[in-house]
This record gives sequence, C-alpha cells and structure tokens, in this order.
Amino acid sequence: MTPAAAHYTSTGLDNKKLAFWAFIGSECLLFGSLISTYLVYKGRSVSGPTPHEILNIPVTSVSTFDLLMSSLAMVLALAAVSRGDKVWARFWLGTTAFLGLVFLGFQYYEFTSFVREGLTIKTNLFGSTFFTLTGTHGAHVAVGVLLLLTLLVRSFQGKLGPEKAINVEVTGLYWHFVDVVWIVIFTVVYLIQ
Amino acid sequence: MPHRYFLVALGVGALLATTACSGPFPQSTLHPAGDLGFEIDRLFRLLLWLAAGVFVIVESLLIYVAIRYRARPGQPPPPRVHGHTLLEISWTLAPVVILIVVAVPTVQTILRTQRPPGAGALEVSVIGHQWWWEYRYPESGVVTANELHLPVSRPVVLSMTSADVIHSFWAPRLGGKRDVIGGRTNRIQFTPDSIGVFLGQCAEFCGESHANMGLRVVVQDSATFAAWIADQQRAPAPPDSLGAAAREGLEAYRRIRDPASNTCIICHAIQGVSGGLMGPNLTHLGSRSRIAGDMIPNTAEGLARWLRDPVAVKPGSKMPNIGLTEPEIAALVAYLQSLR
Amino acid sequence: MATATQLSAPHDSGRSGLWSWITTTDHKRIGILYGVSAFVFFLIGGLEALFIRLQLARPDNTLVSAETFNQLFTMHGTTMVFLAIMPLSAAFFNYIVPLQIGARDVAFPRLNAFSYWVFLLGGLFLNASFLVGAAPNGGWFGYVNLTSRQYSPGLNIDFWVLGLLVLGIASLAAGFNFIVTIINLRAPGMRMMRLPVFTWMTLITQIIVVTAFPVITVGLVFLMFDRFFGTTFYSLAAGGDLLLWQHLFWLFGHPEVYILILPAMGIVSEVLPTFSRKPLFGYAVVVYSGALIGFMGWGVWAHHMFAVGLGPIADSVFGATTMLIAIPTGVKIFNWLATMWGGQVRFTTAMLFAMGFIAMFVIGGLSGVMHSNPPADLQQTDTYFVVAHLHYVLFGGAIQGLFAGIYYWFPKMTGRLLNEKLGKVHFWVTFLGMNLAFFPMHFIGLLGMPRRIYTYRPELGVETMNLVSTIGAHIIAVALLVFIYNVWRSWRRGEVAGNDPWEGATLEWTIPSPPPDYNFTVIPEVVSRLPRWSVTQMKAIPDVPPEPIHVPGGSYWPVVAALGIIGMATGAVAYALWIVLLSGAVLIFSIYRWAFEPFEG
Repeated sequence: MTPAAAHYTSTGLDNKKLAFWAFIGSECLLFGSLISTYLVYKGRSVSGPTPHEILNIPVTSVSTFDLLMSSLAMVLALAAVSRGDKVWARFWLGTTAFLGLVFLGFQYYEFTSFVREGLTIKTNLFGSTFFTLTGTHGAHVAVGVLLLLTLLVRSFQGKLGPEKAINVEVTGLYWHFVDVVWIVIFTVVYLIQ
Repeated sequence: MPHRYFLVALGVGALLATTACSGPFPQSTLHPAGDLGFEIDRLFRLLLWLAAGVFVIVESLLIYVAIRYRARPGQPPPPRVHGHTLLEISWTLAPVVILIVVAVPTVQTILRTQRPPGAGALEVSVIGHQWWWEYRYPESGVVTANELHLPVSRPVVLSMTSADVIHSFWAPRLGGKRDVIGGRTNRIQFTPDSIGVFLGQCAEFCGESHANMGLRVVVQDSATFAAWIADQQRAPAPPDSLGAAAREGLEAYRRIRDPASNTCIICHAIQGVSGGLMGPNLTHLGSRSRIAGDMIPNTAEGLARWLRDPVAVKPGSKMPNIGLTEPEIAALVAYLQSLR
Repeated sequence: MATATQLSAPHDSGRSGLWSWITTTDHKRIGILYGVSAFVFFLIGGLEALFIRLQLARPDNTLVSAETFNQLFTMHGTTMVFLAIMPLSAAFFNYIVPLQIGARDVAFPRLNAFSYWVFLLGGLFLNASFLVGAAPNGGWFGYVNLTSRQYSPGLNIDFWVLGLLVLGIASLAAGFNFIVTIINLRAPGMRMMRLPVFTWMTLITQIIVVTAFPVITVGLVFLMFDRFFGTTFYSLAAGGDLLLWQHLFWLFGHPEVYILILPAMGIVSEVLPTFSRKPLFGYAVVVYSGALIGFMGWGVWAHHMFAVGLGPIADSVFGATTMLIAIPTGVKIFNWLATMWGGQVRFTTAMLFAMGFIAMFVIGGLSGVMHSNPPADLQQTDTYFVVAHLHYVLFGGAIQGLFAGIYYWFPKMTGRLLNEKLGKVHFWVTFLGMNLAFFPMHFIGLLGMPRRIYTYRPELGVETMNLVSTIGAHIIAVALLVFIYNVWRSWRRGEVAGNDPWEGATLEWTIPSPPPDYNFTVIPEVVSRLPRWSVTQMKAIPDVPPEPIHVPGGSYWPVVAALGIIGMATGAVAYALWIVLLSGAVLIFSIYRWAFEPFEG
C-alpha cells in the first residue's frame, strides 16, 4: 500500500515531523531554564524541608520505571499502527496512556504528601523550584495522555489507519521527549543531592 | 546628498567643542576627578578615536560609492562580481586586530580597578532606599544621608547594598556606576583627587521617584574632613539649650499622631531622641546643603515646602503628607535647622 | 520590466469582506494584516515617544506626572520591540518568504493565522491597561524586585507579564511555521545556498525566536507565580537571587535584538543588489555571518549587566565575546559597500533607506562597541548614551531597513508603486529628524543624564540638547505623516507596477503584482541563486495555471483559539478563575476542532 499523497517536501521529512523537532529544540530551552534555576537555587533555601528530608527515591524510581515502560508501549503502538494492526494498536496506545496516568498518579501522591509534610510551592526555594519544574513536566505528561487518548478514540472510529501513522509517530516523539526530560529531572533532582 | 554628511559632521564637531571646554557640567563623565574616572576616560578616548576613524572610513566609502557608481543613462550592465576571498579575509582580520588592541588595556583596566582594596582605604557602607541614600562610616560610627563626604587623595571603598529595590550609585566625575542590589554587597573603589562637590544620582530605574534620588559627594582636604567627622559624631545640643521655636519643633517632632504612621519618630532617627530606621538619619540634617534625595535646597523655605507636602515634591514618597499646620512647620524648620 | 499582459492587477477572487479577512489563512493577507496592525502600534509607540520628549524638553517640567512618564517609557519600549518592529518584520516574512522560495503558502496556514490573531489580541490586551489607568510601569525589562508584588502592588505589572506571555506564544508559533516552511517547502532546485538573503535571515531569526522565547517565558512564569501564588523565585526573604531575573531576561534579551535587526539586514541585502544592478558581494559570507551572529548572540548577554558586579572574570569574558560579535556584523557592512562598488546605483527611495541603514547602523554599531568595554560601559550603561545607541541601531537600522522593504515590496503587494517624490521627502526628513533626535543623546548621556527619569535638574547643563532632541522627534513625526499620505494615495491611485518594476533577481518578481491566490501557476524549477538574472534561464512560468489549483478556504478556529488564550490572560488579570478556566476550555475545544476540520494546507 503506497503512503497517502504525502506532500512534496524539500528534505523528504514530513512537515509535522520537522515542526515537531523544532518544537523539541524549543522545549529543551524551556526545561533547560527550569532545571538550571533548580540547580542555581539548590541548597540555598533558608528554611523549610530540604530535598534530603522529603524526597522518596524508591517510590520515584518506580514511577520512573513506569514512564520508561510507557515509552516501550509507545514504540509498540507505532509499530502496530504502521502495519495496520487495529487490535494491538488500540492495546498499546491504551497501555501507554494508562502508564502515563499511573505516572501522574504517583506525582499526585507525591505532591499531596509533600504538602502534608510542610512543603508547598510557597514554602522555600526548594518548594518553588521543585513544584514548578516537576509540575511543568507533569503538565506535559498530561497533554501527552490527552494526545494518546485522542488517537485511541480515532482508532476506535476507524480513522487511524497506516496512512495516519505520522500522527502516531509525532505523538511518540513527544512522548519519548517527555520521558527523556524526566530522566534528566530524576537524575538532577532526586539522585544527585 | 554628500552635503548632508558634512553638515552632520560639523554638528558633531560643534557639540564636541562645547563639551571639550569644562563648562558647568557637574555630572560629566568626561571630566574625571578621581582615579577610577581617569582610567575609564582613558579607555573611552581610545575607543572614541578608533570609532571616529572607522566612522570616517565607512561613511566616506558610502558617499564615494554613491557618487562614483551612480547610474548614468546608456551604461552597459556592470560586471558580475560575486566576491573576492582575499579582500574578505582582510576586512575580517582588520577588525580582529583593532579589537585585540582594545582588549589588552581593557582587561588590564578591569583587573586594576577591581583588585581588592588596600589596607588604608576608607570604608563607607552605602544603602540604597526608595528614594534616598544612606551612608554609614564604620570607622567613625557616623550615619548620614545623600551627602557623602570623603577626604581627598585617600582610597575609598563603598560597600553597597539595597534596603528595597535595585538602585545604582553613580557620581560620574568620580567614576563609573555600580548597581546596589538587595541580598548582595557590591563594592566600588576609587581615590578622589580633587577637592570639590560632585553631583550624582541613582542610575537604575527604581520606581516612581527614580529621577529624584540624587546624591552629592563632597571631597575635602583631610583637615576639613576630620572636622566634619567630628561634627557628625557630636551629639545634638540638649533640649534646654534650644531656642523657643526649636523647642516647639522638637515637641512637634516627638508628637504621636493618628494614624501612627504619621509620627516622625517612627521612621527617623535623631541621636538621643528617636531611633527610626525607615527614613534618613536627621541628627545632623542642618549640616547638609540639600534635602529629600539632594533635590531641594536645605533652606527654611525648602524645608517648609518638603514638610508641607512631601508627596507633591517627590511623587510616591514614603513620607506622607501628614497635614502639618503652618505654625508646626515653622517650628519644625527651626528645630531641624538647629541640628548641625 | 512590466510585462504588457500583467498591467491590471488581479484581486483575490470572490473573497472580500470582513469575514474573509478574519478567517483568512492566506500568507499574503496575513502579511498585510501584520503590516497594518504593526504600523498602527508603531504610531502609538511614536506618540508615547513624543510625550516623553515633550516632558524632557525642559528641566523640571510638569507636562506629565512621574507615574505617567514611567508608563509612557515602559509602553514605548515594549510596544516598539514587540508590537512594531517584530510584527513589521513578520509582515514581510509572511508575504515575501513563500514567494521567494517558490511555495504556495507556508507549511501551516492556520497556525500562521493563529499567530497573527494572538499577536493582535496580545497587543490590544497590553494597551487595554491604559483604559484602567494601570499601564505597565516597570520598564520594558521589568527588573525584580521592583516588579515584585511588594513594590508594584497594582495591575500594571500583571498586564505586562501576561501580555508578554501571550505575545511569546504568537512568536513561537510563527517561528515553528517559518522554520518548516523555509526548510521543507522550497521549490525544486532551490538549494539552501540559493535562498535569497532575506529568506536566510528569516530562517536564522526564527531559530533564535524558538530558542530564546522559552527562556523569557520561564522568567516571566517565575514572576507571575511570585505575584499570583506567592512563590519565592525572586524573594530576598527566602534567599532568592534578584539576578536570576536579569540572567533569564538578558539570555532572551540579547538574542532578541538580533531578532530585531537580522530581518532588516536581510531586506538591505535584497535592495542593495537590485538597485546596484550587481549581485550581493560575498553571498556565502553574508549568510554565514548572519548565522554566526545568531549563534554568538547567545554568548554575550551579561554585557547588559556590567554594572551589576559580576566580577572581573565575567566582565572580561563577556567584554571579549561582545567585541567579537562586532566582527560578523562589520563584515556585512563591507560586503554591502562592495556590492555597490562597480555597480550602477539607482537612488530609489528603497535604495535610499537601505543606504541610510548602513550610514546609521554604523554609528549605532560603533557606540555598541564602546558599550562592549566593561570599564567604559560603567559610565555609559543606564544613561542616554545607551538610548542613543539603541535608537541608532533600531530606528536608524531596523526601522529604516523595514521602510526600504516597504518601498521595495509595496508594488508587489498592491500592484502599485509608492510615489517616489514623496518617498524622497519621507527619507530626507526622517534622516534629519532622526539625527537631531538621537545624536545629542550621546552627549546628554556622557554629561551624566541617566535613563528613565521623568525630569532632570537644570544644573546638569543638558537642557538645550534635550530640546534639540525633542524637535528632532517631532520632525520624524512629520516625515511619517508624509509616508502615510503616500500610502493612502498610492494604494489605489499609484502608478501600476507590473510584475517586476525594479528588475529584481528573485522569484517574487516573476509573478503578477499582487500575486494570485495560488502565487505560482506552476511551482518553478530553480537553476540558480538569481533566477531572473542568471544566464541559464529557468523555464518560463505560464500566465495561467495548466490545471485548476485548489486554494484552501479559511478557518475560524485559529481566531477562536486566540480568543481562548486572551480570555485566559484577561481572567488572570481580573483575578477571575472562572474566566481563566472557561477560556481554557474554549482553547482546548477549538484546538480539537482545528485538528479535525477538513483543511488542505
């Protein structure tokens, strides 16, 4: 089956994909600024809970693993859509979204327990930088989950054939990017203290 | 068309001429009165000559090209020249050379002017406020505002911070400016080499009355400076030695008002009378030549105008208009003028 | 040469009326929308400047209050940077780039419309602050902690933060659009090193946009969070560092000035060769130096902070990098002069403005090199010397470059030439006015007048020069009136231009003026960098399309999405969470409808 009338492009890359890479470049600067601020303010809170006291590495490691597994599911989803396998496409898209929601669930649990333990976004430099950085990441995950669920619904409507694989591919790029950003955050915030 | 450029050049020359004479320009950066100012001025003049040279070359080329190569009727199409590598390399390297010539004295000047101060330097703490300058002399315990006295030919180190927003301390004839930032101590050091009064003002936008945050630096010979220090250290005259009007003024100063924030003693300090820290220390207010951020002459009329309505004089002023009566104002003026 | 068959300019077929403009996704219409809107904002910013200059014409003047003055200079700067120069450049990105690369439109036409509407609404939002007497008043650079809630309790800074965040969205969206357009939608044979310089500069500018705007977005979000939610990013009490704002702002702010100047440099690089009848001297070097400027622009930001006390090493390093960036900039000037050398120079108004760019930008560049010197800058920073510098590069440079573009491309966009006599009056009166307005500022600054002060003491001795500057500013205003009259008269009654009134070398001159909806009857096959001048002629473009060309219709979802965004900002400034949430819902809903509506880009 020939790919649907792909518009001629000078590089051979689909416009959406190229736009997406430019977007990722931009997002690198966004997260880079947030992470740099976190690092600049590390250890400079004058009061309130410190990372050492409050971060839960074992639990966060589980959620990190969950996000990594979701990237695997995403790869499998793209493969399924590309070969026109509706059943597995829906399964893997749903799994990816589900694992994303699990990650968000872990984050919700973490945020609420921190608040209970006395760390809010207003408490100190650590609170402000931590919640803003990880919250921005979480918002990106949430958008990703929305994208995945949209694709899932389209699949159920029969509108996600192999000719639409580009949309899944771009969503996958987004999802993997968000995952990579999390690896960096996990390392910088949780592991290196 | 070329005539325009010459007119501009003439204008430039004329303006330069006016500034070359050391006319009445009290905040001029071109008439340094201290080593820091001289260092900077030296670099500036090097840059100015280089810039003038580049300006003349480039603008002349532009004018030349416009005249020489203007289109005339009946010309064949010009040859298609796309580039010339050697030429392009030369005009890339030439600026590099010029910049290196500039960079060397620049880095030397940076290191020289920012090197840690010597042991004998006079230290003054400068605290920027909206919209006035606080000075504290740790050596002698003197606390004053807006008018900074310094001895000539002695290195001075200003250690500066802000009590509120970012300001910038700038007395142009004595050298460059340095920002005054909360949570941070910035230092600027220089040695004034001329006796005189040097005006300055805040140079970092700091709110409504940023324009009204002036300062003056009074550079004196060592004897006069020592006398000034002694005067500033002396306690104010006891109340019974004050004249009748001044004693009424002291009463008005101490009066508790409603709302409480209208009470002078809450914000101001006068040795032996009050300890407020929000506004300038008034213990020796009578010795200063101007008030209100170096904005108004320190005369009876100036003081009265300020007391009558500070906010009208200095928009946004934290010192409120407390509705003083004219007799109160006259009394206060008498009292404040007695605080020499 | 105008071809005889193209003398009557074709109009957009059957698409007229307000609704067609609101829903347009045609890059040419969007370009005109940007141009007209930006020019109106430019006039508003100019009025703000006139009031500033009137207030400063005399020492101890009382024409406006301190608070009003602070709002005037804040809005003047913010307006000129974000609502005038950037969108004027965008007018040309939109109209001209697809024509120069041989495309029918940009890669994402609806995203393009979205960018415009978000820009317009953002600009209106910022100016709406005047209506509630709370225009931004913290300077265009908004240093904390002056702009923190504690020292700026009112709505002024809220308007500023939210307005800039909204405008950032518009710029980012356009950035992605043009990067993809220029890289992916080039006609066959249009290799990267055959792109017109204006298109190259556009590409570099957009790369800077998408990398620099996220940094200020983060800085602004921190300030917004501090002001609205009580976070501690810029809180001294919590141990925060006030310099964090300055670093984030200038990491954006310096690349931003290259965003402001590179498009104008691109225009100059088109106009000079055309009116010298000679190709650009050293095309490759001009392109590389543009790219180098964009790249090196990331390494100089702290030269805005030489008075902050960063220490001798930081000062020396940033002084060095700043001096270095003068080199690719200077190289361009020489390349431009060499283009004219040996050519046949025609002094059209566009050419005069391009030459004016060179003349004035050199002055601004030289004062810039003076600023690059940290010790010297300690006397210059925050004074009128910098105001002189920035106006020489931004008015003498960017604005003159943009006027060159207007005179050059107005015939392509409207099918009619602007009147050359009026154009020359516009140029010379501007030249006089601008030098009278800004040259004295060099001296005013060196004689000790700081920036951003609503009045100054007579003792300073700068009153005459301030008065001269004020007169110069009003002369600029007179020149603008001449220009406006010229545009008004020429739009409908100017001399008909034809395809190629200037004997230009690039693709936009191969098609009618104004172009038909679909731009090119067939996508051209490009065989050289100067298609219309090259010896190897490319295949002629037929007058009518060999087969019907489908042009996408409009869409209203970009407007609705833009309204959702501005609704969120309005809700925030009104402290009404329900408006924020409702607008957010509108935004999400409109994005979905946009994504799934049938639209052939």
